[in-house]
Amino acid sequence: MITAPLLLEVQDLVTRYPVPRGIVGALARRPKEVAHAVEGVSFTVGAGEMLALVGESGCGKTTTAQTVMRLVDPVSGTVRFRGEDITHLRHRELRPLRRRMQLIYQDPYDSLDPRFRVRQTVEEPLLVHHLGSSHERSERVTRALERAGLAPADLFLDRFPHELSGGQRQRVAIATALVLEPELLVADEPVSMLDVSVRAEILTLLDSLRRSGLGILMITHDLSTAARFADRIAVMYLGRIVEEGPAQAVVQDPRHPYTRALITVVPKRDPRDRTTPEILKGEAPNPVHVPTGCRFHPRCPEVASGRARERGMEERCRGEDPMLRELAAGHEAACHLA
Amino acid sequence: MNGSGPLLEVQGLHVWFDLAGGRELHAVQGIDFDLGPGERMGLVGESGCGKTTAILAIMGLLPPSASAAGHVLLNGMDMYEAGEDSVRPHRWRDIAMVFQGAMNAFNPVRRIVDQIVEPMELHEIAEGRAARVRAGDLLELVGISARQASRYPHEFSGGMRQRAAIAMALACGPKVLLADEPTTALDVMIQAQVLELLTGLTRELGLSLILVTHDLPIVAQTCDRAAVMYAGKIVESGPTEDLFHTPRHPYTRLLFSATPDLYGRGEVISIPGTPPRLDREVLGCAFAPRCDMAFEPCPSVVPRTLPVAPGHGARCHLNDPAMRSAS
Repeated sequence: MITAPLLLEVQDLVTRYPVPRGIVGALARRPKEVAHAVEGVSFTVGAGEMLALVGESGCGKTTTAQTVMRLVDPVSGTVRFRGEDITHLRHRELRPLRRRMQLIYQDPYDSLDPRFRVRQTVEEPLLVHHLGSSHERSERVTRALERAGLAPADLFLDRFPHELSGGQRQRVAIATALVLEPELLVADEPVSMLDVSVRAEILTLLDSLRRSGLGILMITHDLSTAARFADRIAVMYLGRIVEEGPAQAVVQDPRHPYTRALITVVPKRDPRDRTTPEILKGEAPNPVHVPTGCRFHPRCPEVASGRARERGMEERCRGEDPMLRELAAGHEAACHLA
Repeated sequence: MNGSGPLLEVQGLHVWFDLAGGRELHAVQGIDFDLGPGERMGLVGESGCGKTTAILAIMGLLPPSASAAGHVLLNGMDMYEAGEDSVRPHRWRDIAMVFQGAMNAFNPVRRIVDQIVEPMELHEIAEGRAARVRAGDLLELVGISARQASRYPHEFSGGMRQRAAIAMALACGPKVLLADEPTTALDVMIQAQVLELLTGLTRELGLSLILVTHDLPIVAQTCDRAAVMYAGKIVESGPTEDLFHTPRHPYTRLLFSATPDLYGRGEVISIPGTPPRLDREVLGCAFAPRCDMAFEPCPSVVPRTLPVAPGHGARCHLNDPAMRSAS
């Protein structure tokens, strides 16, 4: 699997947002606050690999993707693309790079211009990047549409978004990303707005693109989708990756108490697999006030049940921030008890 | 369920919308089901299958452009015998609904407690101090401290607002609760909390629940029984376990196999094609063009609902020996 240099290497990434105090807060000289959206995240994506970043809203998964794409600037850490450090590249220097990493958005009802025909939508990135003659551009548009499963392309070129189904719209959005022939796709919740019956076809399309050698970073809140389609899963909690490993290992043998709780609350397809959900107590995680010690300890079932104390670990959970440790081949968790 | 007969019976419910140019869109094309006390039933289908329209019709809350026919019986009494006049005493008092996106439907400049008290005063259930105490009790019931009752909606998280919306639907002590996509847009942890709450309410208060959703695993996890809708009709209904393990309509089977499972068993396959337009007459079985098992009669003969097992029925020619032997 190790091909040097890796497509994407992210190391100790930290991204924070200032929290507006408002005029009253400023006059009252309240301390400036920041939201710790991403607090030291590291991962890699190889060519032909799909990594799923999974977590609840506010865990920092989208900010991570935006920082990787250099849409948001990190406070510290590095992002390497094909070995090149791109963390501090300027706007102009980024341009050729943007061609090689493309983003697919969540909502194909919002991301396509309703007044653009499919041809114009898919051609636009080529115009922005001044690529190809008019003839070459139309060939590339056709090829991208067919690669995205809209074949024959002639049938779709002159349609408007409203003449397409939800699945076809998302395929057009994917074709728009593919037309630049990128090496990395970042897909932010690519199927959550689609009907159940067409989700599978979009996921299968992403899977076939991965097989053809693209690296894919998929952002999703749906552990079932990640388990089925990703090679590896990274579970995020409050700006950190708390567990990462091969998709099946993370789901079948979760090592972090947060992952374990998450798995019990995912509704299973088979009514016989009904589980008693382990609903986490305590306040919803707040990235402005991150707990000391293990950031999960205030909600951790191991701490609440006293199991951490029995093992003499409670002090550590409250006081010491756990780092990711490898527990099995390629399977890491950030938990003192694991 | 307990010999006293069903609480809610829906018989031959049709809903159609008048479109420009004299055309009609038949959103719900004759559905029948019943619901016993304390029972939890899932109404499942993709967008546009008519599931929301069906429950709006049961509540008598259809928009003016819609017309409805059929019967909705509550304890054996026809709720719509005299139209709006006969349904008004029952709406919210006997049968209540949590709307899709209800958590975003609170008035942002009024306190939560005042918004829960409003339906009670309107329906003369309670008023003044008694109503406020009752609102506090309802909030406690859904897991929100009564001390927080006088907060404004923006002070609540999404999950809390959704639970407050459920408390509001329960304000007049209904026997039947219709919940339309009650957990869409919520995180899994909060989704589990809301589903536990709904299940708890059916156990503790004997409330009957119709859970409308596109998400099969939610139904598998929560409901005893489910009805699968396609193009305005119930194509299969039965115990959730039977629907998953022995589906008797290809759509049910395909819908399950299009849903990824956490443990990754089996392929995930999408269903080709799109549902038919409902503003035109559909000949034969509406699912036939997308069906992987369609045979001779399917494109031309409308299938009837046939019983296939106790409490389990499906609308598919494959279950009809006469059709199979004829072709």
